Amino acid sequence: MIRAVMVMNTQGKPRLAKFYDSVPVDKQQELIRSVFGVLCSRAENVSNFVEADSIFGPDSRLVYKHYATLYFVLVFDSSENELAMLDLIQVLVETLDKCFKNVCELDLVFNYSKIHTILDEIFFGGQVLETSSTEVMKAVEEISKLESASNSINLVPKSVSGWRGR
Amino acid sequence: MEQLKTIGRELAMGSQGGFGQSKEFLDLVKSIGEARSKAEEDRIVLHEIETLKRRISEPDIPKRKMKEYIIRLVYIEMLGHDASFGYIHAVKMTHDDTLLLKRTGYLAVTLFLNDDHDLIILIVNTIQKDLRSDNYLVVCAALNAVCRLINEETIPAMLPQVVDLLAHSKEAVRKKAIMALHRFYQKSPSSVSHLVSNFRKRLCDNDPGVMGATLCPLFDLITIEVHSYKDLVVSFVSILKQVAERRLPKSYDYHQMPAPFIQIRLLKILALLGSGDKQASENMYTVVGDIFRKCDSSSNIGNAVLYECVCCVSSIYPNPKLLEAAADVISRFLKSDSHNLKYMGIDSLGRLIKMSPEIAEQHQLAVIDCLEDPDDTLKRKTFELLYKMTKSSNVEVIVDRMIDYMISINDNHYKTDIASRCVELAEQFAPSNHWFILTMNKVFEHAGDLVNVKVAHNLMRLIAEGFGEDDDAADSQLRSSAVESYLHIIGEPKLPSVFLQVICWVLGEYGTADGKYSASYITGKLCDVAEACSNDETVKAYAVTALMKIYAFEIAAGRKVDMLHECQSLVEELSASHSTDLQQRAYELQAVICLDAHAVENIIPSDASCEDVEIDKNLSFLNSYVQQSMENGAQPYIPETQRSGMLDTNFRSQDQPEASLHGLRFEAYELPKPPVPSRIHTASLEPSTELVPASEPAYPKDTHQVATVPSVSDAGSSELKLRLDGVQRKWGRPAYSSSAPSPSSSTSQNTVNGVTQIDAAGSVISKAHKTNDSRKPRVEISPEKQKLAASLFGGSSQTEKRSTSASHKVTKAVSHAAGKSQAPKSAVVSNQVTVEKTIHQPPPDLLDLGEPAVPSTTPSVDPFKQLEGLLDPTQVSSTANHGAVGAATESPDIIALYGKTPASGHSSSAAISLPTNGDGVNFTAGLLDATLSTAHAEQLSV
Repeated sequence: MIRAVMVMNTQGKPRLAKFYDSVPVDKQQELIRSVFGVLCSRAENVSNFVEADSIFGPDSRLVYKHYATLYFVLVFDSSENELAMLDLIQVLVETLDKCFKNVCELDLVFNYSKIHTILDEIFFGGQVLETSSTEVMKAVEEISKLESASNSINLVPKSVSGWRGR
Repeated sequence: MEQLKTIGRELAMGSQGGFGQSKEFLDLVKSIGEARSKAEEDRIVLHEIETLKRRISEPDIPKRKMKEYIIRLVYIEMLGHDASFGYIHAVKMTHDDTLLLKRTGYLAVTLFLNDDHDLIILIVNTIQKDLRSDNYLVVCAALNAVCRLINEETIPAMLPQVVDLLAHSKEAVRKKAIMALHRFYQKSPSSVSHLVSNFRKRLCDNDPGVMGATLCPLFDLITIEVHSYKDLVVSFVSILKQVAERRLPKSYDYHQMPAPFIQIRLLKILALLGSGDKQASENMYTVVGDIFRKCDSSSNIGNAVLYECVCCVSSIYPNPKLLEAAADVISRFLKSDSHNLKYMGIDSLGRLIKMSPEIAEQHQLAVIDCLEDPDDTLKRKTFELLYKMTKSSNVEVIVDRMIDYMISINDNHYKTDIASRCVELAEQFAPSNHWFILTMNKVFEHAGDLVNVKVAHNLMRLIAEGFGEDDDAADSQLRSSAVESYLHIIGEPKLPSVFLQVICWVLGEYGTADGKYSASYITGKLCDVAEACSNDETVKAYAVTALMKIYAFEIAAGRKVDMLHECQSLVEELSASHSTDLQQRAYELQAVICLDAHAVENIIPSDASCEDVEIDKNLSFLNSYVQQSMENGAQPYIPETQRSGMLDTNFRSQDQPEASLHGLRFEAYELPKPPVPSRIHTASLEPSTELVPASEPAYPKDTHQVATVPSVSDAGSSELKLRLDGVQRKWGRPAYSSSAPSPSSSTSQNTVNGVTQIDAAGSVISKAHKTNDSRKPRVEISPEKQKLAASLFGGSSQTEKRSTSASHKVTKAVSHAAGKSQAPKSAVVSNQVTVEKTIHQPPPDLLDLGEPAVPSTTPSVDPFKQLEGLLDPTQVSSTANHGAVGAATESPDIIALYGKTPASGHSSSAAISLPTNGDGVNFTAGLLDATLSTAHAEQLSV
């Protein structure tokens, strides 16, 4: 099971955090901080894996990847394969790249809800849902199309009814 | 500049609508991004919170604005600030009819709320409604929320709808419904236990994605209970085969690999199902072998699948060919430049080593490289591997390395871990007492506060009890070396408390035992310890008790006791201590040194810490005292249960039992005659007396207990050994441990063992000969590394030191035969090239090859004679009879498998029906039945 997905920048600011276990907010912050503490102390050209028992409790591993100013982090347990998780980060980044054409840190910040939509298409309840970035893109595009459609249809009648009610 | 460009693009996007946000939000993010310090950031965020609080409660906010506020709240909470004031607005938003807003609402609540939050109750109804929606995106959003927000109590409310969705027309919905059910199962297995059949059914779904999703819950179910899913082995194998043969649509390919994530899941499941099950494993051999061949080892994901194959091979019933393929993969991993692959290589080496211990040998230098790598993760993984392959011949090197590493790190969690591993290995494999004591000292010195207190107690017990053999000389030697090393170490500053306790206890018990050190020297040291740790009462208590023991031994030995001045002042100080425990100890010490030799000997007998303490639970020795008191008018004791009235109870419970307890203690000290001069006598007088195992010797109160029963009982000490949890047996007897590392060796291997035993001596020779040869070409490797390798993996220099008892040699020969027997087996099956290869392999590390005498006596034996012998069929049948038979029966088996699986694969290939393969209904009906029946038919025909 995947326990958490985190994206943070090289200064340790969280850019995206989603926990699939129930973790209270302050605990989340603590976890993000300690993960950053581990990551920033790791040299270049070492493995992308970290044993995370001391942060997330027994049987937890962490895989991270460093892209430009961002760390992408996945936390999971022994039922997952480390190398495959590394590729899952790749899938996530590829999808983001397709979505934003040359994704950068600010894209993540400004498109918070869209990122979450993408994330929900790849991970679902702590399991891997989809691993093809093309499929994820298709789903996300369909969602945004329908969302904007429903938006424009509903905006007028809603406002009218609201106006009538007054 | 880059930033500006992006912002410009964002603004453009914002004006287009869709996911864009207002300028306000943009400014917020920008100012947070530019904040120089955490304080500045906090200030900005707090200001934002104020703004949002005000705005969000305004009436009639346009929906689009509201949505943005919610997103801003989510953002703020991600930065670690409390946004709970807005939760209710997020909940309200889920009620909205617009898809965009509903999804935003769901997103926010899944991020804000945990499954035990009060507001959940307001969402349950909405989710129920949305699960029935016509719009599948609404359904998906609701399913997403279900996973996160539904707890054990609300599962029943959702369950029917979710189960209905398993038959939804959209595969995306089916997939998510499966995963939601899986989540339910994780949260409360009992609530969905009746629905397990649904998972099996969905395994035959038309859509490979749904099938893939089903593997997740099935994996969990199989992990918990393997046996009820054995019938699925054939199905899983055929699915895996189809996936590997690229029968899935192209869209499932990832980096030119066919559905690698599904392959990985399936391999994990097969590993579970095939573990310890020969029949099930045989079904898997072909497909796993295929994957080994087909996998693209140049891509990351290809290696992930390969790694999973290795895990599978090392978990299922062993197959020589697959083990060989796995070994190849491992050596490729280890030789790679990528740290990730090295890590995987070390990990899989640790797995495979259980099946074929000899493969570690081939990679010894790679392992040592990893050990010296700057990458911490890799290092730790390597230590884990070393821990798995520790045996008595290499324990010194490994533990030394571990301790060095332990000293160098700051991570307390891992330090604790590695310290307890060191202790465990030292207890199991220590080659000598002296080494053991020194090792424990090092561990305690550097990680004493982190290790479990039990470890300290174990150490004291080991020192007290010795090896459990009747070797008093060795025991006392162990104690002397312990005392010596402690006296050496005691002066060092900042020793951990636990370690000081051990030191005090050992010095008290054995400090003067060998007569090397005078009582005053030891007591002086003990006083120093007590003074140095003025804040640590436990250590002080240990020190005082140790002092008491030393003085008692002196008195018992008839020597005059001169209390050191500092010691006297210490006792005086402690007798006025705030701690009653310390006070009591101080007073006891003062009382004991005033007694005569005979009494003291009974109170504190020398070296009796392991003796059983007899406890008279009924306090029958008080009978006369009670009798006397009652005659003097005291009231009889009324058990607590029979008493009535609060006041009365309080009074009695405080008075009487207390009094008798005091009676117990002082009687014991003051009686000039020991209460148990002869055991039999007392025992026959008081049948109620029980033998109670002595408490841990380290327990601070031990002296009291020892004091009450001074007698020495042989029976008691032999019983005590049982409580050692096997520590003693392992310790110091290499013969046992050398066979220990392969507990998982299969039964068939064991039977082969017996048969090939005759050949054992011969193979030892050839092996030894070969090792010498194989070591020569590696001249370019630094001698240091080679030395390390030799000591880690069983080189010849180490072995000469080792004790060589007759029984030891026999076990070695046998185990050698065990290792060896694999070689002829595979050799017969494959061609000569492989035979040569197997023989050229460095020796299996189970054995200690360098038995000094063997190679020198018969160095001229031609290794190729051995080879010929192996190939010669008649000789094989005579020496490795069983092995040959096994191989012979095995090869047709494999052929049968080859013949069978394509057929069964074909018959069930429609199960994951391709989109082109229209006839879906038929296949959904029953993949299981189809595959099972074909499998049956095949078996019958074979």
